[in-house]
Amino acid sequence: MKLIRFITIFFIAQLNISVFSENIKISENQIFKNLRCLVCQGQSISESNSDFANTIKLVVKDKLSEGYNENEIYSFLVSKYGEWIVYKPPFSSSNLLLWTLPYIFLLIGAFFLIKIAINKKKFK
Amino acid sequence: MRMRYVIISAIVIFILIIFAISLNRDSTYSTEKLIGKKIENFNSKDFYTKEIKDSKILKTKDFSLINYWASWCAPCRVEHSELMQLSKKENLNIIGINFKDKKNEAEQFLNELGNPYDHLLIDQDGRFSINLGVYGIPESILINKELKILKKFVGPLDSKRVIEITEVIQ
Amino acid sequence: MLSFFGNSLILISILTSALIVIKSILVLNNKASLISININNLITLQTTIIVVSFLTLVSAFIISDFSLITVYQNSHTLKPLIYKIAGSWGNHEGSLLMWIALMSLFSFLFFIKKNRYKREYYLFTLIVQTSLILLFLIFLVFSSNPFLKILPEPMEGLGLNPILQDPALAIHPPLLYIGFVGSSIYFSAAIGALMSNIDGADFAKSIKNWIKITWFFQTIGILAGSIWAYYELGWGGFWFWDPVENASLLPWFCMTALLHSVIVLEKKKQLFSWVLVLCLMTFCLTIAGTFLVRSGVLNSVHTFANDPQRGLFILIILSLTLITSFGVYFLKNKEENYNNSGINRETFIITNNWFMMFYLITVFLGTVYPIFTEVISDIKVSVGPPFYNTVIIPFVVIFLLFMGIGPNSKWGGKFINLKMFFLVLLASVAINIILIYFFDTKSILFNLIFISSLFLIFYTIIDLMKSIRSKFLFKTSRICSHLGFGLLVLFIGLNENFSKEFDINLKPGETKKIDNYEIIFENLNFYKKSNYNVVAGNFTVMNNKSNDLKKFKPEIRIYKNPETLTFEASIKTNLLSDKYLTMSNIQSSEYYNIKFQEKPLMIWIWISVILMSLGGITRFYRSENRL
Repeated sequence: MKLIRFITIFFIAQLNISVFSENIKISENQIFKNLRCLVCQGQSISESNSDFANTIKLVVKDKLSEGYNENEIYSFLVSKYGEWIVYKPPFSSSNLLLWTLPYIFLLIGAFFLIKIAINKKKFK
Repeated sequence: MRMRYVIISAIVIFILIIFAISLNRDSTYSTEKLIGKKIENFNSKDFYTKEIKDSKILKTKDFSLINYWASWCAPCRVEHSELMQLSKKENLNIIGINFKDKKNEAEQFLNELGNPYDHLLIDQDGRFSINLGVYGIPESILINKELKILKKFVGPLDSKRVIEITEVIQ
Repeated sequence: MLSFFGNSLILISILTSALIVIKSILVLNNKASLISININNLITLQTTIIVVSFLTLVSAFIISDFSLITVYQNSHTLKPLIYKIAGSWGNHEGSLLMWIALMSLFSFLFFIKKNRYKREYYLFTLIVQTSLILLFLIFLVFSSNPFLKILPEPMEGLGLNPILQDPALAIHPPLLYIGFVGSSIYFSAAIGALMSNIDGADFAKSIKNWIKITWFFQTIGILAGSIWAYYELGWGGFWFWDPVENASLLPWFCMTALLHSVIVLEKKKQLFSWVLVLCLMTFCLTIAGTFLVRSGVLNSVHTFANDPQRGLFILIILSLTLITSFGVYFLKNKEENYNNSGINRETFIITNNWFMMFYLITVFLGTVYPIFTEVISDIKVSVGPPFYNTVIIPFVVIFLLFMGIGPNSKWGGKFINLKMFFLVLLASVAINIILIYFFDTKSILFNLIFISSLFLIFYTIIDLMKSIRSKFLFKTSRICSHLGFGLLVLFIGLNENFSKEFDINLKPGETKKIDNYEIIFENLNFYKKSNYNVVAGNFTVMNNKSNDLKKFKPEIRIYKNPETLTFEASIKTNLLSDKYLTMSNIQSSEYYNIKFQEKPLMIWIWISVILMSLGGITRFYRSENRL
């Protein structure tokens, strides 16, 4: 059916777009929001008023002016503090399950849904 | 049909087991992952002369202990006597880095409690601390002559930690 | 005195609950005469006693009876009365007792209308529900008893935690609990349905209103938490994908799915098995959420009672609940013949469920993944807003489109009006283009969200006009909720896109020009309040574009008991936008770190959620005869 084709295409376009919008220029505040304040209970560097947060802000500003891009700054901080400091789990092989499982579920569900939608017979 | 149920049950049981194990784990964060890595880009200002000192000062003895401290930090007072003890070790270089402090108050601190530092540096805005993976003071990092991090201590040094250090440098 | 009274009441309630279970089992086996007490009387007795025991605890807080450990740890004579009362549920033990009290209250409301239900169904549901109450009571007695005494009785309490003394935070737990606890009813009912021969449509009718009520309270409970976070925590945000927030969101997804599927079950007598699964899952997720929050396995802003021993108890409860519910389901569920085909309203409702399950899996995965990596490979990872936003938001776009056209389709009939679909889509895109022309949009994703939320809003307005014209008022709840949701996404999108945040360091007397604003740090004021000292900053912010001048007074509060520092934001709200200013001190410096934010349309976000939630409580009259 036309609608299903349309939706499927839209769907795939979405996935591409969400990846695409990653590369758009980011403000320093956005970077602060993506970093965890290590001495706080569940706050980002942007929200935290702690001393550690203030220091990290300085360093991030330095790196930005030195020409580092967002991912390079995250890599730098991860090399010093471990993966825990960034709020976005990296796209590594160990995090494969995290990033793919939701989409796998979506596809399985889509399969059943389309079967229901186009099947004119009794479906068990 | 039955297969579906078995899979779901297995997943649920797996999740419950992981939860049970996680209860007994201590989930405090530590930067022990840094152990084994080398220190890079070491350059900090000298406390008195404001000269830039680089990693040369770390190589004067077999081992170095970098100690981040400040006069306003209460646990730093507590650990200071341990540092004084460690300063007697012949093959251990003690590098102090004064963090976000006022010059006269820092000097007063050292006059009062003693100066264990072979070299005293300053990190006024804390920028350099990030390079060393420091996040809370006091913090002490034990390195060897090749600048490899051997131990990282977050919080004050106590007698247990001093024994750990002593064992390594022997 | 109160301790003895409270403990006795708990004991009696355990006995009463046990009696209810035993008597019900006997009645099922036709041996009712073995115990002569009437079940109805027992239920009334049990509910009364548990509620009275909770009220006893509240009284202890009101009179500041520090001989009870819970009161000692969580209250103080200087606390205002409202917060003394709220303090009774602002701690682990008290909140557990409130949980149990609400559970028995709901049981009472469900079970007093005995004649409404088939006998077997009623009895099995009663057995399960009462067993749950019993389980929680035992948990309370053995690990979290609020009536434990402390001797000698202290003169003053410990708890004057300033962050907890806030109206939104006081009301937030009770609201959420009604949602959480209420879901136990349809959990028990699902098991009751599996064990008896109840018809699907009858089952749907019996739990429908419960689903709506719990959904309503869950929604506004979450709203209260977000409002509190926005006004009190000082970062200008209202949702952080914090594990504790996620714990309340997971059952919400389930409830929303259930809300929709139960309609199908009632009208078309389809999806019985799926509805049963959702009923079981909602409550299981509630317990799982409780486990995550109170056991200490996750790091979060909301540190509740982090106690591994309690965590173990809750895990046992969770395991029992899961094993029983899914065990009964696997053994007793009858395979359905699924009788639907084509693209009609039922398929769209299933689509809704598909999306809800997707959101649920994503949020659940994101929340528990750090636990898994730590146990399995000893690595600590953080899963925060970037993950959830990246995975979920693109699909919300499609979800909104489905939400628009779904209600438009008929139950058994043909597909939608394609002409209208493209017309509305075109209109939304056109408005988006106008928006881009006059303003700056940050990303393609924002534009898509804008288009799709407008799409939904237009469709619901068309729906509304149709229903007014035909005087068919049955759709009010759907229109309310769908419109509310569409507006919510729209306003969140606009807010995100047009928000401005500035982070600068100023010292008193300094001014800084940034963007269109001039921020003037006039001076500092120091003063004392009853239980804290204040460092207040006086700021004037001038908007050079609109020549608007606003004064702000953020505070740094220094509390003594316990020694804490809080940062109070100064917020100026109006219909167009919120202006938000916080100030914090910098170590060893005369400079202060100032965060100034402009947040457009903030208040409309709250209003949208309220509108959405209202859909849950309209339409409570009997509608069995309607199609």
